[in-house]
Amino acid sequence: MSTGPNILAPVTALGAATLRLLGEMGAMFLFLADGLRLIFASPKQIPKILNQVFVIGSKSLFVILLIGVFTGMVLGLQGYYTLVKFGSEGLLGAAVALSLIRELGPVLTAIMVTGRAGSSMAAEIGVMRITDQIDALDVMDINPMAYLVAPRIAASLISFPLLTAVFDVVGILGGYVTGVTLLGINEGVYFYRIESSVEMADITGGFMKSLLFAVIVATVSCYQGYFTHMRRDGVGPEGVSNSTTSAVVLSCVFVLVADYVLTSFLL
Amino acid sequence: MRATSGWDIRLDGLTVGYGDHVVLRDVNALLPAGEISMIIGGSGCGKSTLLRHVLGLQRPMAGTLSVGGRDLFALHRRDFRKVRRRMGVLFQDGALLGSLTLGDNVALPLREHTGLPKATIRQIVLHKLALVGLADYADYYPNQLSGGMRKRAGLARAIVMDPPILLCDEPTSGLDPVNAARMDHLLLDMRANFPGMTIVVVSHDLRSLDAIADYVLMLHDGTAAFAGPVDALRATQDPYVRSFLDRRADEDQRADVTLAPEVQQALDAWLDR
Repeated sequence: MSTGPNILAPVTALGAATLRLLGEMGAMFLFLADGLRLIFASPKQIPKILNQVFVIGSKSLFVILLIGVFTGMVLGLQGYYTLVKFGSEGLLGAAVALSLIRELGPVLTAIMVTGRAGSSMAAEIGVMRITDQIDALDVMDINPMAYLVAPRIAASLISFPLLTAVFDVVGILGGYVTGVTLLGINEGVYFYRIESSVEMADITGGFMKSLLFAVIVATVSCYQGYFTHMRRDGVGPEGVSNSTTSAVVLSCVFVLVADYVLTSFLL
Repeated sequence: MRATSGWDIRLDGLTVGYGDHVVLRDVNALLPAGEISMIIGGSGCGKSTLLRHVLGLQRPMAGTLSVGGRDLFALHRRDFRKVRRRMGVLFQDGALLGSLTLGDNVALPLREHTGLPKATIRQIVLHKLALVGLADYADYYPNQLSGGMRKRAGLARAIVMDPPILLCDEPTSGLDPVNAARMDHLLLDMRANFPGMTIVVVSHDLRSLDAIADYVLMLHDGTAAFAGPVDALRATQDPYVRSFLDRRADEDQRADVTLAPEVQQALDAWLDR
């Protein structure tokens, strides 16, 4: 019997990690399916969903306004100095609007909401897990999935497209401030180019992305918090901390991967 | 003999654990209705694990667990939920939802499971909070209260649906003697005010044992060391039971507290610097 190093060990480890990842993805998909089903479990879900729309949507509004306006301003600045080289600075409005509506609006909104609301979802549910609050719901015969997860998924589906719309609008206004007010592009040309170049397909594509990102962020964040106690890399407060980090990192990665996949289908 | 509701809890050959790890093996006991039963034992002996199985949060590895004469884990999901809805649970630190006020915490089961008007729910909540001496704290959040108050609020939530079974996990742990005695009195009040209620208390507090217990299930070394009336427990000559009740440490298990000489020398040298 050989006593030397096992040359298959790295392959075995890679296989085990892949199987674990696939298992995790499958579990997350079932988690999402259960969450979506429970949105419609009872009319008593409505006030919980509205409360979460306030937490996820309304409380994220300020940061979305702030990031949106500065993103638009930077796009206006960069776009102007690129387009002016080709004598096409009149196309600035179209460049800003299409960049925001098709890509930056949905993606940056999802990433900002992940940082603000996704992390708080994972942390709040994780703390509830380690302090027996979820078990308490269970023994009161209150389905924790229906009480905690379903309202957050529903609220994300409502909030993300609305926040994306706000981001797009203030971003376009940010581009206007830079392009028209500071750099002297004609105001009529700026808005005319937006009107003539943006099509309905661009807007629906952006909203489809925001809906997909809402599902991703809410599912990943709630899942990480809900199964904090099952983590292999830490228990108790450390587990909550790791769950929160994982929720943010995985959400951002999945959002960007999904963005590429969906964009390749939409274009 | 007190009035009984028929909601006794029977453990027959119960083996419980996590994964492949067996925590308790072949536990047999009857926790009778209308009495206060205490599950006692040293730290880490499996008391809370057993309680999680009684609550239906985990399935046993072997044996049966009957509640009110029905095998809990053989029931159809709907019947299982019906039985579990008849249990009120006080968790170790109350397990109150941190985002809700005490009033909302206590009202939660009523809001989720009944169609009662808001005013009626409010009256019930205030009544239950008054039973545990917290009527004036309905609008406080859990983090604004002491540990003892949180436990009492958890007790109010546990009894809000008038359950025939009340399960308490370490209700006096972490409390000062006055508050621990107050919790014991509350449990005695529960037994007096709700005739027939099956009360199960997980604890290692010997003062509570003396104050409230009617029946005792003592766990030791992975199984039941004793199960029966508290008077029989006091009369038993079982060496472990006696050492537990007399608070005597096993001499063989006392640790050698002497450091190796070279380690002690290194430590002393560092401390003298």
